[in-house]
Amino acid sequence: MSRGGYVAIVAVVAALACVPLFTGSNVVLNFLVTALLLTLAGQGWNVLGGYGGQYSFGHAAFFGTGAYATAILQMRYGLNAWPAFALGVAAGAGVGAAIGAVTFPSGLRGSYFALVTLAFAEVLRIVASVTPITGAGVGILIKLDVGARALQFPSRAAFYWFILALVAAALVITRLIEQSRFGAWLVAVRENEDAARALGVDPTRVKLGAITISAAMAAAAGSFYAQYFLFIDAPIAYGPWISVEALLAPIIGGVGTVFGPLLGALMVKTLGEAAKLVTGDVPGLDLVLYGVVLILVVGAAPRGVAGVGARCRAWLAPPQKLARQDVPHD
Amino acid sequence: MHLSILLPAIVNGVLNGALYALIALGLTLVYGVLHIINFAHGTLLTAALFAAFFMHQMLGLDPYLAVFILTPAFFVVGYVLQRFIIGPASHGNDGNILLVTLGLAVIIENGLLFAFRGDTRTIDVAYGFAVVPIAGMFISVPRLVGFGGAVTVALLLWLLLSLTDTGKAIRAVAKEKLGAQLSGIDVAHIYAVTFGIGTACVAIAACLLIPTYYVNPHVGNAFVLIAFTTVVLGGMGSIPGALLGGLFVGLVESLCGLYLGESLGQIGIFLMFILVLLFRPGGLLGERA
Repeated sequence: MSRGGYVAIVAVVAALACVPLFTGSNVVLNFLVTALLLTLAGQGWNVLGGYGGQYSFGHAAFFGTGAYATAILQMRYGLNAWPAFALGVAAGAGVGAAIGAVTFPSGLRGSYFALVTLAFAEVLRIVASVTPITGAGVGILIKLDVGARALQFPSRAAFYWFILALVAAALVITRLIEQSRFGAWLVAVRENEDAARALGVDPTRVKLGAITISAAMAAAAGSFYAQYFLFIDAPIAYGPWISVEALLAPIIGGVGTVFGPLLGALMVKTLGEAAKLVTGDVPGLDLVLYGVVLILVVGAAPRGVAGVGARCRAWLAPPQKLARQDVPHD
Repeated sequence: MHLSILLPAIVNGVLNGALYALIALGLTLVYGVLHIINFAHGTLLTAALFAAFFMHQMLGLDPYLAVFILTPAFFVVGYVLQRFIIGPASHGNDGNILLVTLGLAVIIENGLLFAFRGDTRTIDVAYGFAVVPIAGMFISVPRLVGFGGAVTVALLLWLLLSLTDTGKAIRAVAKEKLGAQLSGIDVAHIYAVTFGIGTACVAIAACLLIPTYYVNPHVGNAFVLIAFTTVVLGGMGSIPGALLGGLFVGLVESLCGLYLGESLGQIGIFLMFILVLLFRPGGLLGERA
């Protein structure tokens, strides 16, 4: 059973990795890249919100920090893109740890935690839109320098494989957490913080670990965004859109599951594209659909698509003979 | 800094703060009774601003008259939202309520964006720039009206809650839901009425705001965190707290704008919000949570 999870990850990633061998279509690859970008950010949200039960409305704080750090280190300090990328992820994780360190010890949870994360993201957005180092209102353009050395791959397929590798890493990390003692603590804190504390779990430390990992994943998504689109400004980096989409993907796909964010991200992006086909370039409708789907999923299928699948399997499977499993023969 | 600059900034801050208080009143009432944080509050304000705008453009109705149509209309909107969407979809789970109201906020904001595009609109009314001289300062008349309106609504709300049967039922549900239910109060109905009143407050605020303000699909966002800050400052669920909190927030914003520059004025609010949440989550007036 424990190996089964990794086999599934390898199978899914291998299948996705084959896509560019069958199609060179930029439209398809671009769609998949944005879906995987969202998967990465969503997986970050999932570690903290899905497994830890701490709903953040401000993952933009981590996404934006990753994006800005990657861009600023390259353009202002002349660093190579690869170390800049790594430092971007580290910076995002640092912001996550800092926000966790001030909010968790004071006992903020539930709606209060959601609010305070939102406020942090907004503060960062306002600061980024006025300070010179972030390019203020103009934003930052990363200089075009095509080549793997500058992390600007000439082909879209290479970009796709790069983000797929990041997503694969996130899937494995999530699976590792799921099976580790730390993961069990995290779920215990989600289910009942006081009971977990009574059993010797330190909720603050556990949540602090979760928000750091969570922020690192969201920051990796942000750093990738900067390298892929070569431009960021404050509304992109710290805007509410990414906070919303990052929570939408795991909730639609299935919170607290390894594949939930991937499933959800693919569905969210498909829905968005479908909306664009119907309405053309008029903005807004795709997000309206996201909102409708969010309410429908929360109202009708609280465990997301993965939960519906599990329920169908349980319903279809023949009733098991429990007695024979319960009595082992030595 | 010279008093002739400082004093008008303080007065303006307090006048703005009254409107923040009015918006926060609805939020704090909903929180106090339903114990939910309504993330759609800001976008409902946007919707009300659009409604007031189009009433003026299409029907030539003055916003100060439109308030008598929009207030009951938005009461119904709020009632329906809570009774038929938020209540049933959230199954009484805290996290779900957060997500459902967030979903509503996303739908309303982007529905407005889809329908009216991102343009910023303003209305022209004769009294838009009218001022009265008071103690050597020139005070904007629409803002003075807004201040009066906000205080009046707070008073009416307080009377409603303390004197009427509905008010008593609302307070009963807020205190002890199960007990209220056992004594024959229809809790789902009272929840929806409370949400309706909260939404109606937003409609009144919109009508008082529109003569001096603008409207675009994202305008409510600026008010969401201000309203949350106000509510948290005043103590979640406290009406006098919301009033005082609103005035205080308006003052802080105005003074931060004066000393730090316009674009950083809001930072003061957010920092204050974070600090209060961290150190006095029960509010400045309330007991420690």
